[in-house]
Amino acid sequence: MPDMTILVGLDGTEQGDKVLKFAKSLVAPGEGSKIIVCYVIEWSPFAFQSAEENEKRHARREEELSTADTKLVGPVVAALKAEGIAAEGIVKHGHAAEVLEAVATDKGASQIVIGRTTARSVREHVFGSVSVRLASSAPIPVTIVP
Amino acid sequence: MTLFHRAALTATTAALTPLFAAAAFAQDAAPEAAAPPPGLDQQINEIFASSTGWFVSLIFADLPFVGFPWIVGWLVVAALVFTIYFGFIQIRAFWHAIQLVKGDYSDPKDAGEVSHFQALATALSGTVGLGNIAGVAVAVGIGGPGATFWMILAGIFGMATKFTECTLGVKYRKTNPDGSVSGGPMYYMKKGFAERGIAGGSFMAILFCIFTLGGSLGGGNMFQANQAHAQIVNVTGGAGSFLDGRGWITGLVLAAIVFLVIVGGIKSIAKVTEKVVPFMGILYVGTALIILAANYHMIGWAIGQIFAGAFTGLGVAGGMIGALIQGFRRAAFSNEAGVGSAAIAHSAVRTNEPTTEGVVSLLEPFIDTVVICTMTALVIVISGVLVVDPATGLYVLDGGRIATEGGVTGVELTSAAFATGLSWFPYVLAVAVILFAFSTMISWSYYGLKAWTYLVGEGPMRELVFKLIFCFFVVIGAAAQLGAVIDFSDAMLFAMAVVNIIALYLLMPIVKAEAGSYFARLKSGEIKRFKGSHAAPAE
Repeated sequence: MPDMTILVGLDGTEQGDKVLKFAKSLVAPGEGSKIIVCYVIEWSPFAFQSAEENEKRHARREEELSTADTKLVGPVVAALKAEGIAAEGIVKHGHAAEVLEAVATDKGASQIVIGRTTARSVREHVFGSVSVRLASSAPIPVTIVP
Repeated sequence: MTLFHRAALTATTAALTPLFAAAAFAQDAAPEAAAPPPGLDQQINEIFASSTGWFVSLIFADLPFVGFPWIVGWLVVAALVFTIYFGFIQIRAFWHAIQLVKGDYSDPKDAGEVSHFQALATALSGTVGLGNIAGVAVAVGIGGPGATFWMILAGIFGMATKFTECTLGVKYRKTNPDGSVSGGPMYYMKKGFAERGIAGGSFMAILFCIFTLGGSLGGGNMFQANQAHAQIVNVTGGAGSFLDGRGWITGLVLAAIVFLVIVGGIKSIAKVTEKVVPFMGILYVGTALIILAANYHMIGWAIGQIFAGAFTGLGVAGGMIGALIQGFRRAAFSNEAGVGSAAIAHSAVRTNEPTTEGVVSLLEPFIDTVVICTMTALVIVISGVLVVDPATGLYVLDGGRIATEGGVTGVELTSAAFATGLSWFPYVLAVAVILFAFSTMISWSYYGLKAWTYLVGEGPMRELVFKLIFCFFVVIGAAAQLGAVIDFSDAMLFAMAVVNIIALYLLMPIVKAEAGSYFARLKSGEIKRFKGSHAAPAE
């Protein structure tokens, strides 16, 4: 099996286990392949906020990044490494589909693996859910785990 | 006529209520007469009037011979000085401001921080309000279409003032131990003056904070609550409404909602407001555009009226000077350029370049005054609600103002003008006015809080005290007819501009050095563009 970099998008739901299981099936422990675990905190620079929220935004952002890393991404990366799989964790703010696509390009990933998502917001109903958007725009193969 | 009379009428006869922006209150009011009811309200009113009347008179005094409030001249002259000093920055950097708001220069690594767009939108929610809808109607109703020309001109000059104060706001903001940021004129007065070796910075900062507290509780709170109540009475049956004369009910409900947002931290209400208010703003401008599109054949005529009115008066009271005074007043009162409030709101942005936020902030008077106020004015002119004498082509005057269809003024004039195009729009407008009032209150509660914590220090208990005082004043504002109290608070708000603009004059060389360095690095390519990088650097 050639060395691969698999980008796994987690959304904090139970579906993450299935997604990880599938990603692990693509790489063999001890080889040059790698799994990048990415969690995206939904955020838009064009969302409206109150002055008080703006004032505390920087501190809140640090808190969000730290929580996502320690509670979700960190443990997953540690578990993968314990299994002998090279792994890296990334937590970013933004729109999930856009961030996953950018990370995939930046890290030279050969495949993106995500769970099936349904449209939850008005924006997603209009523009499609994360999985639909990613599948239609990503420059590399995308596997959507049901 | 006492100030009390005006407020009394405001609360009881909404149809004739002149409405103004957070920063445009008492001085535009129409002459009214009503017998003040005796009681506690009147006693408080009289105590305030006798002890603070001199201050109000001083702030709103007319310049000799021209009948022009000196405070308006103070704001307009400052805007002109900054425009020239910064080489028409509002024109040179306009496109760059749009690029910044679009996020072209935002580092993707900063995703999750406060964006330029968010800082701008937050500041706008504090300024776009009653003045854009009703205040413009008062200006056009008195000064004629020509007032629009002067309003636009003053709005364009005001962009340079915003640029100056918001650049300083970011440059001298304070980062607190918990990572939050505090900024505003009080910080640039203290730190900036010290940096330039000018004495008195701390004193001016304290003075500014005291005025901000007054402005926050008055124009940013009581006036808004009072006008929101007037609107609610109007849409629930006017003089026959159950709420007529029962402002305390509206006040308690409003105070409870404000309490939930600012004390209870109920973000869902704030979130709804944050989303609905911009939507209302867009809906307002969109509707105006639809009405203008439907009457496209009259746009050329309306623009002609605006230009003709600006220089000849078209028969309005005071002629060209009358139009000029009304236009300048409206712009100065509406976009708050120079008052210092925007410097507080804009300072939370994530940037290492203070100039960028200054550049972004110059869009604020543009959107508020040049776009939204002009839309209101154009719709009023095109709708034909201002009565013209067919024989002479001049406007028909009625007691110093232009006669209108149905004799309406203020928000009712705007409402009537929009109703000529879309009959259902007055209902939307009524909701918009209440929401704008609410969002202005939330914004000013924050400005007041920042001034308060600057004076008494940070801390949950200290903040709670101010927030409770703020909620208490919501009830007073809606329930009582405290004209003198509100007038005093308005004067405090403009006193903010007196102190702030002195500081801006003294600190403008710092802004010039900051902006010079920024634009030089932008031109050389040292400042990186993250989106659309093939395009040429702006300025």
